[in-house]
Amino acid sequence: MSFMQKAMETVVKLLPDKAPDLLIGATGAIGKPLARVDGPQKVSGTARFTAEVPLDRLAFAALVCSTIAKGRIAHLDTGAAERAPGVVAVMTFQNAPTMTPPPQQFTDRRSASTSNLSVMQDARVYWNGQPVAVVIAESQEQADEAALLVIVVYREEKAALAFETLLTDAKAPDNILGEPAEERRGDAETALRKSPVRIDEIYRTPRYNHGAIELHASTAWWEGDDKLVLHDASQAISDTRYTLAKTFDLQEEDVRVLAPFVGGAFGNKGVWSHTLLCIAAARLVDRPVRLVLSREQVFRITGGRTLSRQRVALGANADGTLGALIHTGETGVVSHNAFPEQFSFPARHLYAAKTWLIQQKVVGLDMVANTAMRAPGESIGTFALESALDELAVALRIDPVDLRARLEPPKDPTKDTPFSMRNLVEAYRRGAERFGWAERNPAPGAQRDGEWRIGQGVATATYPYYRMPGGAARIRIAADGRATVQAAAHEMGMGTATVQAQHAADRLGLPIELVTFEYGDSDLPRSPVAGGSSQTASIIAAVIAANDVLVKQLLELCGKDSPLAGATLDDVHARDGGLFMRADRERGETYTSILRRAGKDHVEAVADAPAPLEMMKYSMHSFGAQFCEVRVSDVSGEIRVSRWLGSFDTGRILNSRTAASQFRGGIVMGIGMALSEEALFDERTGRIVNPSLAEYHLPVHLDIPPIDVMWLDLPDPHAPLGLHGIGEIGITGVAAAIANAVYNATGRRIRQLPITLDKVLAEDFLG
Amino acid sequence: MKPFAYARASGPADAVRLMGSQPNGKYLAGGTNLVDLMRENIERPDSVVDVKRLSVQIDARADGSIVLGAGATNTAVATHRAVRERFPVLAQAILNGASAQIRNLATVGGNIMQRTRCYYFYDDAARCNKRRQGAGCDAIEGFNRIHAILGASPQCVATHPSDMCVALVALDARVHLEGPQGTRTLLLRDLHRLPGDTPAVETELQAGELITAVEVPALAFANRSTYRKVRDRASYAFALVSVAAAVDLDADGSIRDARVALGGVAHKPWRGAAAEQVLRGSTADGATFRRAADAELQRAVGLSHNGFKVDLAKRVIVAALHSLVDGSQP
Repeated sequence: MSFMQKAMETVVKLLPDKAPDLLIGATGAIGKPLARVDGPQKVSGTARFTAEVPLDRLAFAALVCSTIAKGRIAHLDTGAAERAPGVVAVMTFQNAPTMTPPPQQFTDRRSASTSNLSVMQDARVYWNGQPVAVVIAESQEQADEAALLVIVVYREEKAALAFETLLTDAKAPDNILGEPAEERRGDAETALRKSPVRIDEIYRTPRYNHGAIELHASTAWWEGDDKLVLHDASQAISDTRYTLAKTFDLQEEDVRVLAPFVGGAFGNKGVWSHTLLCIAAARLVDRPVRLVLSREQVFRITGGRTLSRQRVALGANADGTLGALIHTGETGVVSHNAFPEQFSFPARHLYAAKTWLIQQKVVGLDMVANTAMRAPGESIGTFALESALDELAVALRIDPVDLRARLEPPKDPTKDTPFSMRNLVEAYRRGAERFGWAERNPAPGAQRDGEWRIGQGVATATYPYYRMPGGAARIRIAADGRATVQAAAHEMGMGTATVQAQHAADRLGLPIELVTFEYGDSDLPRSPVAGGSSQTASIIAAVIAANDVLVKQLLELCGKDSPLAGATLDDVHARDGGLFMRADRERGETYTSILRRAGKDHVEAVADAPAPLEMMKYSMHSFGAQFCEVRVSDVSGEIRVSRWLGSFDTGRILNSRTAASQFRGGIVMGIGMALSEEALFDERTGRIVNPSLAEYHLPVHLDIPPIDVMWLDLPDPHAPLGLHGIGEIGITGVAAAIANAVYNATGRRIRQLPITLDKVLAEDFLG
Repeated sequence: MKPFAYARASGPADAVRLMGSQPNGKYLAGGTNLVDLMRENIERPDSVVDVKRLSVQIDARADGSIVLGAGATNTAVATHRAVRERFPVLAQAILNGASAQIRNLATVGGNIMQRTRCYYFYDDAARCNKRRQGAGCDAIEGFNRIHAILGASPQCVATHPSDMCVALVALDARVHLEGPQGTRTLLLRDLHRLPGDTPAVETELQAGELITAVEVPALAFANRSTYRKVRDRASYAFALVSVAAAVDLDADGSIRDARVALGGVAHKPWRGAAAEQVLRGSTADGATFRRAADAELQRAVGLSHNGFKVDLAKRVIVAALHSLVDGSQP
C-alpha cells in the first residue's frame, strides 16, 4: 500500500459516517420477487446477442492458434488459405494493423484487458493456443475451412509449465490486488508448535475454465479511420472503450461499445486477444467483421481460475481459540498480467487468532493469462481454510458450527477496523436450525443407506463488499411522469435491469411501470466493470447522486407558487410520483405538475457516484454458512450431493427471485468446482487437453439437488441502500462444505480438488 | 470443416452403391459423433453417404430374439417394450449414454461406429497413432485417467466409448453387414479390434461395408440383467468403468449361466469370458463374484492415472452380480 493510500485511510477513519440511506428500510418495489424485465425477450429469442447483430457486408473471422507454449513463428505460409473460396484476407503479424499493447486491468483500474501483451505484432508465441493468424472470409464456414490451410512452423523454446517443480522459484508479488502479499502478527510458526492441538496440511486446487453458455464474440466496424463501433460479449464496456482507445490510438468518445445482452460472464468477459484481432481485421479488410470463438478456443485463448497449492496450519487451545493461524501458498500466474488469485483474503478477515502468518507467492508460467472466475481467491481460499477448520473441529471434538462462533473476532483482525456489518454467527444459527444440523452424527462413516454412505458438512462463505469508483448515472423525468435511468452497465443474466428499475422506482417515488433502465452502451454514463459483486451497489450509488442533483433542479423549477416553495434537498422525499415534504405529508407536488408549471417537457441530471470511502473506514464483507449432505458409494466412490442449504448475510436483498437465483448459481458452480471440473493442462506441451463441454465436466441437472437458500436481509448501514453484491458469495465455502461432508460420510479427508471417485477410492477407505 | 460430397441413399443397397469404392467416404446416420469429428478436423471425409432413416425398424420376433435396424434411434431401442422386457440390460445401457437429445438422433449403427474419446485423438496438435500411424501416442505418458486397462498396446491405450455395445456384446449380438461383396454377419464381439500395431483399424468392416441391422438372439435369462455405469458426473459423461451382467440361477442357488461385459476399459466392448467361466456352475455368492472379477481383471494393466480402474471394475462387477441375485439396488 502506498503512503498516500495509508494517509487517505487514516483521514477517512476520522470522518463522520454519512447518514444512512432513507430507503434503507423502506418497502416498495425493492425486495419484491419481480420477474426479470428482459425475460420475455430472452425466452422468445428476440434478445439480440453479440454474435447475432445483422450487418451489411459483414465478413467472418476464424482464428489459427499456436500449438507450442513458447517460441517464435519461424515460417508462415498463408497462400493456400488466401486462395481458398470466399477468403477476403489472412491476417498475421506480418500484415496486422499496428496496435499498442493494451493496459492491463489489474494494474490500470480503467482497463478491461486481461493481458498487456502486444497482439499479433511480432513472431513471438507466449502460450499454447495463442492466435497466430486470422482468416477473414465471406462466410464462417469458409473462414473455418481456410484456417485449416494456414501453415505455421515454429522455433520452440523451453517453456515454464510444471507448477509443482517450479515452486522453489515462487516469489511474493508486490501486492495482491492492492493488499499486502503478506500479513503477519507475532511468531505464528512458534505459536503453532506450542499449541496443544495442531492442524497443518497442504490443499491443492486445479485450473478451472470458464463455460458461460454464450461463446465469446465480437462484431466490429470502423466509421472512417478514427471512429470504432464494437458489439462485444463484455462485462466491462466502459473499460473496454478505454482499452480500445489506448490500443488503437483513438479518442475515447470515438469508440462505442455495445453489449445489451451477455450470456454469462463470471469474470472472464473482458478484452482478450480475439476482441482486438476482430477490430484489427475490420480495419484490414475495411468491412465489418465478426469473430466468434469456438468452445475449444474459449479454453485456449481466454483464461480461467489458476491452480494453487495452499498450506493451512491452525494451532488451537482445547477451547478452540487459535494461538496461530497460518495460510500461505502459491498460485501459477503469467508475467503479462497481475492476477495472483487472492486465496489468502478470507483468512485475513474471518477468524480471531493470537498470531497469524498470511502470505501468497506466485510461480510464473507460460500459459494463457489466468483471470477472475466467480469469487477468484475466496472460492479456493475457503476450500483450504474451511477444510482445515473442519479438521480442527474433528481434532478438538467441537461441533464445527460452534467452533466458528468461538472464533468470532471483535473487529477485522488484519485490517484493524470495525466490521460495517457482520452476522455470521446468526447466519450459522438460523441455517443450522433449518438444515437440521443438530441431528447430524459427527462420527465419520456412521450413516448409511444401502451401499451409500451419508455425511453432512458445513463451511463459511465469505466475500468482500466492493463498490467500484468511477461510475455515473443519468436520470430523466419527462412531463408525462415517466422516468428513464441510464448507465453503461451490464446485464449478464443476473437481473441488473430488473433490480435497477426496482431501486429507481422507489428512489423516484414512481410505480415501476413508469421506470425504464437503459444500459449496455458505452455512450451512456460510465459504469465500472460488472465484477467483484460490485455492480449493483456501484450503479445505485451513482443513481442516488444523480437523483440528488435532479431533486435540486426540480426544487429550483418549483418557484414560489409550488407547495414545495423554499424546500431544500433534505426537506423532501419522493413518493406518489413527485416530491413531498418529509415533515408535512400533505405538502408536495408531482413531477408532472412541477414540469408543466415550469413549461418543461423534462428534467435531467447526471452525476458521478461518490468515492467508496466506506470501504476504507470499515471492514466490509458478506458472510454465509453452507450446509450440505452427500452420499458416497461404497462400490464406486461416486459422490452425489443430496441436500443443500445456503444461509447468507449479505445486507439488504433487492429482489428475492433474482437473488435466490444468484445464490443458487454460485452453489451450482461450487459443486462443479468441488467434484468434477478440472482443466487438464499437459505440462509437456502447455496445452489444455479437455477443451470441450463433453470432457470438462460442468455439473448437469442430475448432479444438483434441490438447493435451499435463505438470507438475513439485515441492511449494512454503511452501504448504499444497505446492500451488498451477491454474485460471488454463493460459490465460496461450497467445496469445503462438500469435502467436510465427504469426511463425515467416509472418514476420508480429501485435500485436492476436484474430489473425484478415484481420490475417494485411493486409500481404499471401504476395505 | 473441409468440404465434402453428400448423397442420400434410398436403401442399404443404394448406400453401398453410392459409397462405391471411394477410399475416403463415410456413412452418416445421426451424425452425433461423425459431425463433431468433422468439425474438429479429425474426420475429413471426401464424401458422405446419408443412411439416416434407412433400416429404422425394430423387429421383436416370436422366438425371443429382436432385430434392431441399424437406423433405429437409441431412444427407439431403449423405449421399445420388447427390448425393456427381454433385455433390460440393453435399455439401461442406452439410457445411461449421452443425453436425451443426442439419443433421439443417434442410431444403432452409429453407436457401434463411434470413435474413442481419448483427449489426444481429439486434438490434431497432439500425437496419435490412430490419426497417423507411427506418429506416437501422447496419452501413454499424458492424461490417461480415462484410458484402457485391458488389451491395450504400446501404440494405443484408447477405449471404445459405447454403453450400448457393452450390453450387446454381453448378449452375443450379431451384426448384419451389406457391402460390395454382398451380405454377411459377424458377432459384435468380433467386430471391434484391439489396437495392436494398427490402432487406426478399429473394426473388421471392409471397405464400403454398411451395418444394416443388429440381431439380439433370444436369451431367456436376460430378463434378469443389469447395466451399471460409473462416471465423473451423474449424466452425460462417458464410462470410467461399466458392467453389463445377466445371471441364470438354478433352483439351488448355483449359477447355470452368466453373461458379463465391461465398458470403459478397452479398445473394444470387453466380453468377460474369464469371469463367466468362474461363475458358471458356482454358487451365487460374494466369494464367487469376487473370484470371477479377479479372473477377469487378472491381466489388467494400469497406466499412470487409471490404475484405479482395475479395482473399480472388480467392485462394479461384484456389485452388479449381487444386484441380480439379491435385488440390491445401487
